[in-house]
Amino acid sequence: MDMLYNILIDPFVQMVDAPDFLIQVVWEGFVAGVLYALIALGFVLIYKASGVFNFAQGIMVVFAGLSLVGLHQKGVPAWLALILAIGIMAILAVCIEKFVMRPLVGQPDIILLMATIGMTYFLIGLGEVIFGGEPKQMITSELGLPTGSTAFEMGERGLVILQHIDIAAAVIALLMVGGLAVFFNRTRIGRALRAVADDHTAALSVGISLNQIWAIVWFAAGIVALATGIMWGARSDVSFALEIVALKALPVLILGGFTSIPGAIIGGLIIGIGEKVGEIYWGGLVGGGIESWLAYVIALVFLLFRPQGLFGEKIIERI
Amino acid sequence: MRMKTLLAGSVLMGLAASFAAPAVAEDSVYIQLPTYRTGPYAGSGIHIANGMSDYLAMINERDGGVNGVKIAFDECETGYDTQKGVECYEQAKAKNTLVFNPWSTGITLQVIPKSSVDKIPVLSMAYGLSAAADGNTFPWVFNPPDTYWDGLSAIIKYIGEQEGGMEGLKGKKIGYIFLDAGYGREPIPLLDNLAQKYGFEVLQYPVPGKEMQNQASQWLSIRRDRPDYVVMWGWGAMNPTAIKEAVKNRFDMSKFIGVWWAGGDEDARAGGTGAKGYKSVSFNNVGADYPALQDIKKLVVDAGKSHTPASTIGENLYNRGVVNALYMVEGIRTAQEMTGKKVINAEDMRLGLENLKIDEARLEAIGLKGMIAPIEITCANHSGHHPLFIQEWDGEKWTSATDWFSPLTEEVTPILMQASKDYATSNAPWPTRDDACPAN
Repeated sequence: MDMLYNILIDPFVQMVDAPDFLIQVVWEGFVAGVLYALIALGFVLIYKASGVFNFAQGIMVVFAGLSLVGLHQKGVPAWLALILAIGIMAILAVCIEKFVMRPLVGQPDIILLMATIGMTYFLIGLGEVIFGGEPKQMITSELGLPTGSTAFEMGERGLVILQHIDIAAAVIALLMVGGLAVFFNRTRIGRALRAVADDHTAALSVGISLNQIWAIVWFAAGIVALATGIMWGARSDVSFALEIVALKALPVLILGGFTSIPGAIIGGLIIGIGEKVGEIYWGGLVGGGIESWLAYVIALVFLLFRPQGLFGEKIIERI
Repeated sequence: MRMKTLLAGSVLMGLAASFAAPAVAEDSVYIQLPTYRTGPYAGSGIHIANGMSDYLAMINERDGGVNGVKIAFDECETGYDTQKGVECYEQAKAKNTLVFNPWSTGITLQVIPKSSVDKIPVLSMAYGLSAAADGNTFPWVFNPPDTYWDGLSAIIKYIGEQEGGMEGLKGKKIGYIFLDAGYGREPIPLLDNLAQKYGFEVLQYPVPGKEMQNQASQWLSIRRDRPDYVVMWGWGAMNPTAIKEAVKNRFDMSKFIGVWWAGGDEDARAGGTGAKGYKSVSFNNVGADYPALQDIKKLVVDAGKSHTPASTIGENLYNRGVVNALYMVEGIRTAQEMTGKKVINAEDMRLGLENLKIDEARLEAIGLKGMIAPIEITCANHSGHHPLFIQEWDGEKWTSATDWFSPLTEEVTPILMQASKDYATSNAPWPTRDDACPAN
């Protein structure tokens, strides 16, 4: 009976008793979800254009963040370092297209996946050679991003604290999603990209350059990686441990679908808020530390009802 | 080492690396240094590695080695990964290392059973299996100057003093945030024991290794539970993230105390001005104004024979790496004196470590007087349970918050001896010591 009370009643009593804390938990989940969504966006962009699951997206986040901070540490002004970091991601995109994607055109998907795993280890090593293994502090204030926090008092003891950088992360994520939506739907390149995603051969037959499209889409994923690196780096540090955190995007992709930008966002928020609320209110029942697998449980529950993900395309193959 | 990672997967480079071995002359001894300059724990590991290798290089440069015997050393990158650490151990064994420093509790636990078979001493300085302090059961394992249980008991003793005495702990809530690995779980049996004895409540907050930089949930739980103190057993990227989260959640930093491995300068610096007041228990002082460190700077770092940025000499983790190397060098020196041999082997090294005594006079001669407390290791006591102190981050650097004080040795020792017996029983048949230690 106690067990049932602890599972079904007590968490909700806690929520009602301390609404400020519930708001804080949901906010932290929202921010985490936004960051998961940003990482997932990088995966979606590549998958949409080439059908490749880009295992290297996590290390691209680290590499982009390290490029920015590393350049600044060498005396480059913050905004110039940002522009140069974007340039580095552009060069990386061109190199990936030329030396990895192009030679593997027509190969099975598993080969392309293996290639991105290889790229991951190459970029880890390259990053360590160039920037060293030490964690680096993100140049948040130098980039003009807000620091500090605002606290809202609720009742006698209630308090909700909002970090300004977290608010900025949410705004930037929304702007990026809006920008990508416009890019995909309203521009010529965006339409070409969607054509490539639908059918490579058909796209080639109407004169769309596959190589150019792939370079563009890897560059777009690099920009998303840079934004993610800045935001996540501001919350902790820019270190190679971030590469592991990036795998949190996997349940987001399972949930939102591998091809949907809105799916990445909604999936990220569901996973972010779900895992935080689950960990805080139900985690204690099993000794805590459930959020690392709870995200997958949430995703799998959704899959029971929508196997293609929330916004994934339903593929019907007639035999 | 970084280049190794860059070219992981390249068969040619892998083969080339496997054939590489340091040249060991006849009048030299070899020590492998397992390190991690890459991966999620590199932020801590790099400083330790720098301190160890710089001190050994300085001894070679300044003194021509130990009594004329040069120390040949190289690093083996473990990435704090247990499997890679065991591979390093096998390589070290093949190259006749004098001693193995795992630099990971997980690796230590794996190599303890091997060490007694291979007769290679394992030096796990202030980490690893606390029960290994029992030299009768673990003749090949050394964990000076203190075990994790000493560290935890010192923190609890300090908290008790803040509450007006150990009886003041009754009814208090102490949070324990820890890396959810062998390292972080090691002190839990003692923590539960002390909680029962002194009447405080323990709240555990495990941080999975994959979530080190994603600790929002743990700190939200801490904010909800409102513990009176939080004790941290963190390493690598976990530490700066935890300190940042504590600042973000407005936790009283004067009541946030880390073990010695959660006391890196960069760990605390990450919290900005809000980290002021954060504490960690320690067994070494910071600062570069020690003659031995000045020799390192002059002969090794300024001479371009080191990876170390000069600005990091004297930082907490760097000095701790120096202390680890100091134990090894003094262990060699002691072994030479005891055996009459100049070029010793691993079995001699065990004898040296088992009779290691570094007093004030010796520390002064070495040029490290004041950095550490004098230490003594005996046959029966491979740790020594030496005095510790609490250091505090003042916003820019670590300062001493207390004098040296002893951990709760009398309370810890019976539990530790029982744990040692339990280990031997559960790993039966555990090899018995050939030469029983004299009764103290």
